[in-house]
Amino acid sequence: MKRFIVKRLGYSLLSLLLLTLIIFLLVRLTGDPSVLLVEPGASKEDLVAIRAQLGLDRPLWVQYGQFMSSLLRGDFGHSFYYRTPVFELYLSRLPYSLALALAAMAFSLLVGIPSGILAAVYVNRWWDSAGKIFALLGLSLPSFWVGLVMILFFSVYLGWLPSSGSGTALHIVMPAFALGWYFAAAHMRLTRSSMLEVLGSEYVKLARLKGLPEKFVIAKHAFKNALIPVLTLAGINLVIMVNVAVVVETVFAWPGVGRLLFEGISFRDFPVVQATVLIGGTMIVIVNFFVDILYAVIDPRIRYER
Amino acid sequence: MNGSRTASLTVAWRFASLRVEGFPWIPALILGVIALLAVFADVVAPYNPEVGVLGDRFRPPAWQAGGSEAHLLGTDHVGRDVLSRLIFGARVSMVVGFTAVIVAGLLGTTLGILSGYLGGWVDQVIMRVTDTWLALPALTFAIFLAAVVGPSMWNIVIILAAVYWTRYARVIRGEVLSLRERDFVRLAIVAGCSKKTIMRRHILPNVLNSAIVLGTLMLGVVIVTEAALSFLGVGVPPPKPAWGLMLADGKKGLMAGYWWLTVLPGVCIMLMVLSANLLGDWLRVKLDPQLRQL
Repeated sequence: MKRFIVKRLGYSLLSLLLLTLIIFLLVRLTGDPSVLLVEPGASKEDLVAIRAQLGLDRPLWVQYGQFMSSLLRGDFGHSFYYRTPVFELYLSRLPYSLALALAAMAFSLLVGIPSGILAAVYVNRWWDSAGKIFALLGLSLPSFWVGLVMILFFSVYLGWLPSSGSGTALHIVMPAFALGWYFAAAHMRLTRSSMLEVLGSEYVKLARLKGLPEKFVIAKHAFKNALIPVLTLAGINLVIMVNVAVVVETVFAWPGVGRLLFEGISFRDFPVVQATVLIGGTMIVIVNFFVDILYAVIDPRIRYER
Repeated sequence: MNGSRTASLTVAWRFASLRVEGFPWIPALILGVIALLAVFADVVAPYNPEVGVLGDRFRPPAWQAGGSEAHLLGTDHVGRDVLSRLIFGARVSMVVGFTAVIVAGLLGTTLGILSGYLGGWVDQVIMRVTDTWLALPALTFAIFLAAVVGPSMWNIVIILAAVYWTRYARVIRGEVLSLRERDFVRLAIVAGCSKKTIMRRHILPNVLNSAIVLGTLMLGVVIVTEAALSFLGVGVPPPKPAWGLMLADGKKGLMAGYWWLTVLPGVCIMLMVLSANLLGDWLRVKLDPQLRQL
């Protein structure tokens, strides 16, 4: 187990190193980085001066060393627009992103798990077909369009919900639905297949042979075990939600990390864009590491793989 | 050359031998119509999609009060004909979607085969890069790339290919790992074929099915991502008519209740993505029993 953890940790660190290297090189190899890293509207003389100041005239590996040492100190540069350290800016937006992600997650689980169970229990019957259509729609409709149509319906026509911004509990309803929509379909699919697997297992057969009522078998024996993979996926998805909410946050003017990224693009505020990608990637590498370890704890066979 | 001919023959044969049973006619028809509209956009579209008449702003569709036959699906915030923009938008989605899927497929399949067949350090390097790539949230990464290279239609194709090649590389590598152990590959080695020949003539034709299935399923993902990028203003630059861009413009009339500017482009995206997904699902079952579990 120790060896497994060390190996996984090595892989994760390597991934983080590659992540920074990829971001670093993409900025420098696709054009003149000073155009991106220096504030828009700077004069030619300013550009030359700042290029020297940022060390852009030095060899690449020296530049990378500098880049890494500032990253490790939590220094992601200054925002051109807000004139504050990007990392502080990111942290100030993170609570909003987390609130939105949690609400979206709650919605996706409340819809996904019950419908997945129904689809598995009534496999190949009406509930299952309805579930399939729901999953297909969930995976095919762009979340931002769902959001826009909801604004049209609930804010413009009915006037029930605020169309944008944050503040009250009502503000989070539509963004959470638009963001959770896709994930509800994903959670439904996994619940269904996981439930089907458990329902076909020996111990469920035994429980049935004992003469337990079907309701009891499903609720007590099958449900609990079928839930493990779903909750694991939900944990990963929570982190993913924080990072894919850009479009939904833009539609609803929700002041989270995604909105920060959008402002970064609109104001040509490159340090903000770079930091958002780097921090998002780092979060996912860390989550993947913990999931790998968790799986190895649950299923010892994984530890001896390769 | 020989390798690619064998490959294309294999594909042609596989398609010819598909049974029509269970064929998703409606999705195929929808995709066909969208493709035809995209090709003949110049002939079909009633107006120039990029030029509007400011006096005709926000005209509703013909069947609503205030609408006219002149603009069947109404006009947008600068008086451009929505129907014409939707038709030309189909061209953008088709071109971007298909080229991005094909470029990503070529890149991912090649790297997947190299990684799976050569093994060793090549495999290690390609797979570590793939893992890292997959850790980057696709949309965020695409936005980053768009910010770096600047928006244009062909840049979007390159960006989408650069973001999504990893999906192919992963799956194809897995297939190659098991193909490598099969007798026909072993015999080819004994017969003295070079690694290059084996990969081209023996491995490639056998992974093409998976690549095609993945490509069809990726089409939907790629089109949604393109729409999202255009919506955010880092995709296809205006005034080109892209569906995502139309949605962004539609926001200007949203609070006034000009529903057609928001609903119609979204319906087009939905129809195309749904059709691609249904077709992909069918192909998956028909062409590749191993992928059925995906």
